[in-house]
Amino acid sequence: MKQSRTKWFLVVASFAVLMTVSGCAKKQTPPPPPPAPPPAPTASLSANPSSIEKGQSTTLTWQTQNATDVNITGVGPVEPSGSRQVSPPDSITFRLTAKGPGGTQEATARVTVTAPPPPPVVQGPGDEELFAQNVKDAFFDYDKYDIRADAQQALQADAQFLAQHPNIRFTIEGHCDERGSTEYNLGLGDNRANAARNALVQAGVSADRIKTISYGKEKPFCTQSNEQCWQQNRRAHFVYQK
Amino acid sequence: MRRCNIAYRYLRMKPSLAVVFALLCCTALASAQQDWIRTGTGLGIEKVRLAAADFKATTTEAPIADLNQAFNDTLFADLENAGIFDMVSKSFYPLQVPGTPQEINFGAWSNPPPNASMVAFGNLGVAGGQVSVQGWLFDVKNQQSPQVLGKQYREAATVDNARLIAHRFANEIIFRLGGGIQGIAESKIFFISDRSGHKEVWSMDYDGANQKQVTRVGEISLSPRVSPDGTRVAFSAIGGGGSNILMWSLELNRLVTFPKFGGTNASPAWSPDGKSIAFSSSRSGDPELYTIDADSGTGLKRLTNYRGTDISPCFNPKSGAQIAFVSGRTGLPQIYMMDADGANLQRMTDGGYAVSPSWSPNGQFLLFAWFRKYGPGEPGAQDVYIMDVASKQWVQLTTGTGRNDFPSWSPDGRHIVFQSNRSGSDQIWTMLADGTQARQLTTQGRNSMPNWSWR
Repeated sequence: MKQSRTKWFLVVASFAVLMTVSGCAKKQTPPPPPPAPPPAPTASLSANPSSIEKGQSTTLTWQTQNATDVNITGVGPVEPSGSRQVSPPDSITFRLTAKGPGGTQEATARVTVTAPPPPPVVQGPGDEELFAQNVKDAFFDYDKYDIRADAQQALQADAQFLAQHPNIRFTIEGHCDERGSTEYNLGLGDNRANAARNALVQAGVSADRIKTISYGKEKPFCTQSNEQCWQQNRRAHFVYQK
Repeated sequence: MRRCNIAYRYLRMKPSLAVVFALLCCTALASAQQDWIRTGTGLGIEKVRLAAADFKATTTEAPIADLNQAFNDTLFADLENAGIFDMVSKSFYPLQVPGTPQEINFGAWSNPPPNASMVAFGNLGVAGGQVSVQGWLFDVKNQQSPQVLGKQYREAATVDNARLIAHRFANEIIFRLGGGIQGIAESKIFFISDRSGHKEVWSMDYDGANQKQVTRVGEISLSPRVSPDGTRVAFSAIGGGGSNILMWSLELNRLVTFPKFGGTNASPAWSPDGKSIAFSSSRSGDPELYTIDADSGTGLKRLTNYRGTDISPCFNPKSGAQIAFVSGRTGLPQIYMMDADGANLQRMTDGGYAVSPSWSPNGQFLLFAWFRKYGPGEPGAQDVYIMDVASKQWVQLTTGTGRNDFPSWSPDGRHIVFQSNRSGSDQIWTMLADGTQARQLTTQGRNSMPNWSWR
């Protein structure tokens, strides 16, 4: 039986050779070409409008390709393409960074923020009318510039009104009755205007809102020669300053 | 002819003043007032009897009649206004009008009815657009050497110039016969008038002629004071920003710079040398008195420091060393006096409501306006008073009609201009310093705050 043993040996050997050969045949084919490199990302970023006033908003619009990770400074991670409304407080250059397997790409958009014009000091329609209705004159005794009780009340109420309307500026005119001398009455009128002003300042009204002027007896409110008219003229008169 | 003793000369030249002082003092309260009146030695002297003849016209064609009329009227009025002559009325004059020394008849003038001591006469003619005047002053009681004055004038032939020549001739006569004091016939009065629609500064001749507007500011102008050299008027005006002292140049006919301060600035007054202006300012918060250099506007000095209005300063025009003013520091305004640097304060009035001091040219008297009983419901009027500065004794000059204010002395110390509403509205009046011969000078609009020029 020596012949079957040889056949068996040949088969196994062929098989081994085949195995080896096939194995060797694998190692011996040229390697396949490497795959093409991934495309670089593209990015674009724009802001519309590019100039805004503080407090307003602008719309950022971007597009990227081949990016897996897109980030905009001041906004954060974003989808690869899209738009977003932003309200930067100051001028800023938005920087978009697009990262992908192919690399990194950046894009910028500049937004200029200007300070808005100061709001006009609108004293409100009707401030002048309110002033005329609410701010009462202070009246004085003969040859006096002391603040008497009724004048004190009037001035306190005036001070309250003026505190509620801090934008109002005004002039205090000092007046005298027709008796007495022109020159001396200029001084007395000045004293009366100042007395009223001091009372208001002490009650909290800021002095830089107040101007004073004396008219002596030169601009009377009435011209009869009786005590009623004379009292009308002895006053500190308030005038709204436009 | 000029006397050294000024007080003596004052009383000598104003015998009527001295007489009236004595009369009023008998009815006044304080018997101590008799002393200073009795020192007047001029009580018995008579005024010179002066005749001013119409000047003879030497040419015939127009406008000789108008010029002659203006000249004659003005000459007579100036001599009458001087207050030192007993003017002989024209109804007593001889019919023959002397035009030259050869034509004067001494006896006709020195005997009754005229009974004149002095006669002013002369002639006036127009030729070639010029008016020529020859004038003489003759002592008709002295036939040997009668001529006291002989003068010649020539100007362009206008009515204004005829008046001007009359003023000059009258001033010469007054100077020669009036003890060496300059006449006032060419002096001016500055005042406030509202007749243009705004209160502005106006001026006029001392007799009320030639009233014309000086300033054009368009605000409320007050308190005009002409400078001693007659070139500028200081005044105050209330505008939008307050009351400021302004300076008007009469030569340039416009405002010139003067510093502005805050507050109410009012009542400017010139020192007699023209170098300083005193005024009231409330720049510190209360009206106080200050002086400042008039030309440069620098050198501000504060004189008062007391709560209450200090205002209406007036320099002693003789010495320039003192200032009279008004202060409300004790309540109602009173007259005070102090040195020009603020020292030596003295109170002059003792009550009532006293304002508007004006110091006489000889430095001896203060005029002011006084409301002796002032207060709610009090009757009575505000009158002009005169006070002897040394003794503080006073005499009332106006007689309780209406409100009288802002007296101002004439440069010869013999006349007073003041504001009065006795005719129904504020107007300018003059009178002699003894309170007599009150005359209304203005009629249009309302006129106030007069100031007599310094010469």
